[in-house]
Amino acid sequence: MKTYQLNVYRGPCAILSNLNLDIPQGKWTSVIGPNGAGKSSLLQAIAGLLRWDGSITIDGLDLSTFANKDLAKKIAWLDQVSSAPDELGDSLSVYETVMLGRLPHQGWLHLPSDTDHLLVEQALRQSDAWQLRHRPLQKLSGGERQRALLARLLAVDSDVLLMDEPLANLDPPHQADFLQWQDKLLGQGKTLVTVLHEIHFALRADHVVMLNQGKLHFQGSSQDPATHQALIALFGGRIRLEKLGGDWVALPN
Amino acid sequence: MQKNHLLGKLSGLLIFSATLVLLGTLLGSTGASWNFIESDQALVLDIRLPRSLGAYLAGALLGLAGGIAQSLFRNPLADPYLLGSASGALLGVASILCFGYLGNTWLEMIGLNGGAFIGALLGVLASLLLAGGYQSSLRLLLSGVVISVIIGAANSLFTFIRPDLFQSIQSFMLGNTTLLNWSGVEMMTIVLALCLLITLIISPVLDALSLGENTARTLGLPLDQLRLVLIGILALATGCAVAQTGLVAFVGLAAPHLVRKLAGGRQRIHLLFSCLGGGILLLSSDLIARTLFAPIEIPVGVVTAVLGGFYLLVLLRRSSLRAHI
Repeated sequence: MKTYQLNVYRGPCAILSNLNLDIPQGKWTSVIGPNGAGKSSLLQAIAGLLRWDGSITIDGLDLSTFANKDLAKKIAWLDQVSSAPDELGDSLSVYETVMLGRLPHQGWLHLPSDTDHLLVEQALRQSDAWQLRHRPLQKLSGGERQRALLARLLAVDSDVLLMDEPLANLDPPHQADFLQWQDKLLGQGKTLVTVLHEIHFALRADHVVMLNQGKLHFQGSSQDPATHQALIALFGGRIRLEKLGGDWVALPN
Repeated sequence: MQKNHLLGKLSGLLIFSATLVLLGTLLGSTGASWNFIESDQALVLDIRLPRSLGAYLAGALLGLAGGIAQSLFRNPLADPYLLGSASGALLGVASILCFGYLGNTWLEMIGLNGGAFIGALLGVLASLLLAGGYQSSLRLLLSGVVISVIIGAANSLFTFIRPDLFQSIQSFMLGNTTLLNWSGVEMMTIVLALCLLITLIISPVLDALSLGENTARTLGLPLDQLRLVLIGILALATGCAVAQTGLVAFVGLAAPHLVRKLAGGRQRIHLLFSCLGGGILLLSSDLIARTLFAPIEIPVGVVTAVLGGFYLLVLLRRSSLRAHI
């Protein structure tokens, strides 16, 4: 996936400008940056939620030429978990919620097929939420809800997965599971793009994109020393990176 | 297993509905007609049966409109009455009564329903415009009240211009089932079938909206177009109900809440149950209106307003809603 001279707008204001990004296919890319850098906006623009100009291409095809449904099949998007309860108090079960991920693949009557049921079950098992399937989504704890929503994302069965803060609310064992799921998805040839605040998790990705004040600060391999230098500079030298058990961790200076 | 459960609940609601219609046909302000003798035939077949079926259908239309409004705007207080669409529909009806002479029963019915539909659509759009969207329950509620007051003033102006229509317009304002006839029943049956069919087909958009606007958009649904279709259905259902029975308050608000636990989270089921719940609620209220002070009948809108007013208080006392407001 590539972007060329990408400008992203929220209302009349450009919040990202002139981004030329190269997001490797079949790899995991982390988007890093301080608060307000435009990380979530980048994901929202790719998902078709914000107005943009310039170009975004996937497999050489211009994203602006995709019909809604085709874009939804190609790119799945996971929102930041909202802590606000839904006012209506009604709630789909976890299974029904995950089935919503199959909407782009269903006909106009939206009746689930056997394949839909199979993929929903796989997604629920993969995100360790199968045992939650009968429970109402609104009644789940933050971590359980996040796992259910991750299953909804997986059920789309798209080539590109965009995840905004996917580790929010997950406890350490499920954070570790998340990394295993990532490996599994990469094994299936999926392209993953995540926004993560936890720098040590972000550096587990193959590729890193750093944004600052709506502009590209740096992009490169997560293992490249130049990337590490750029990351330290991005946070004004207030962090240092150290290797711990084969992984890079960020510590305050 | 779950399917059987739902079928059981659906059958229960349908049996209850049929029992109420039967009761509505046999009971009246002039007493019960348990023996189906010839002299009762005209009373039962031409007056009580269309009135009972009509009250049920009008309730079902309002229940559907309320269910759509609450799910579409993710707002527990959204309701045809509180959103300004019901008073808009009344304005449409009053305009046709005052200025339109169509001369033929069916043309008149189409004119009244058309006027009510356009009025309802304008009422709900004006409320949304004034509230700057549907995100805030309080703003939407207040905007609906403001629009209703303004429209109410316009209706009063009509009665001032045409004093001969005072009683007709007053009867619509209070909510009345006494004038329901077979052509009204036919009209409501057609409109309900159409609205329900389209709503049930596109209801997954309402399921998707429960995950938030952005997530719904990334599921490939033409959200803006479907939202417009649903607002159109809301206005059509409200307009059609108001054109036959006048302003019947709170049925659209209460019915979706009453069936929410029974239906679960899926909108396809919830909206179907809201329909049945609305029908049951209005017909029950009509039975109370007919028999409470028999042989004097009180307008059904008065009964629903009293019952609904208490129910709204209960809703407002619920912690989640109170916290929001």
